[in-house]
Amino acid sequence: MPHDHGHGEHEAIAIEDDAGNIEAQIIVDALQEVLIAKGLLTAHEVTASIAKLESPGVHLGARIIAKAWTEPAYRDRLLSDGRAAVQELDIPVTEARIIVVENTENVDNLITCTLCSCYPRSILGQPPSWYISKAYRARSVREPRRVLAEFGLHLPESTQLIVHDSNADMRYLVLPQPPDGVDQCTIDDLEARISRDHLIGVARDV
Amino acid sequence: MTRFSPGDRVRVLALGKAGHVRIPHYIRQQIGHIVQYCGTYLNSEDLAIGITSRRAVDLYRVSFSQARLWRDADIPEHDTLVIEIYDHWLTSVEETTHAP
Repeated sequence: MPHDHGHGEHEAIAIEDDAGNIEAQIIVDALQEVLIAKGLLTAHEVTASIAKLESPGVHLGARIIAKAWTEPAYRDRLLSDGRAAVQELDIPVTEARIIVVENTENVDNLITCTLCSCYPRSILGQPPSWYISKAYRARSVREPRRVLAEFGLHLPESTQLIVHDSNADMRYLVLPQPPDGVDQCTIDDLEARISRDHLIGVARDV
Repeated sequence: MTRFSPGDRVRVLALGKAGHVRIPHYIRQQIGHIVQYCGTYLNSEDLAIGITSRRAVDLYRVSFSQARLWRDADIPEHDTLVIEIYDHWLTSVEETTHAP
């Protein structure tokens, strides 16, 4: 699929995904099954390759988060003006404004775009295909706790869930809670623990 | 000077505009409160049809109670949804409290 398309074609992608049984998909499924059966590939290798294709920039997001965890003054700047704080790291931001929302012990944030596929692409690259699926776009606002549970995140009722619909000009990043013992970790260790899913908010514990 | 400030109660209008609009149906007619003023942006309804010469419009982040939005008994009271709404889609709730 070419990437010089407008919004209309994103809609088409989402619709095809939902239809599911397009010809190319059948061929890919068949090939994968044969290659796995012959021991040439594992399902995990395929998933890892997909993640790499979909999120070429997740390491940039990880750099931002690790710095925020280890430098309180940077965390404050990131929360008050996300775009400027990201640009401090020489990451070129093309979005008008980056809003960083912070997870705390009592608050959990989830990012979605119900209208299409708005996403902080200049930082994270392309969104994952599930993010632009009609199912995620509709259910992330209508029944977000159930969606999170399907991602393996069972949020207690006592935790406040805030869903952010990036329907217009803002783009969002979640600042996850730092792991225990953050002070004993190296920056590299911290960055390696941060996934794309943490930055969208479908994963919580780092 | 902006029309609304953080904390103000607002209702999202149902303008019934045709074409490219970025205010989804699920949030129209709903009452929430202003969280943040985001600045001014060219109106996406104009940009979609190639008009770039009009005045930029104010944009706000507005918060809504999920339990009131969907009227489900099992949604925790403190869960919220925050969405961006352009100024011309908002009205002060005081103006509309008499509506049924």
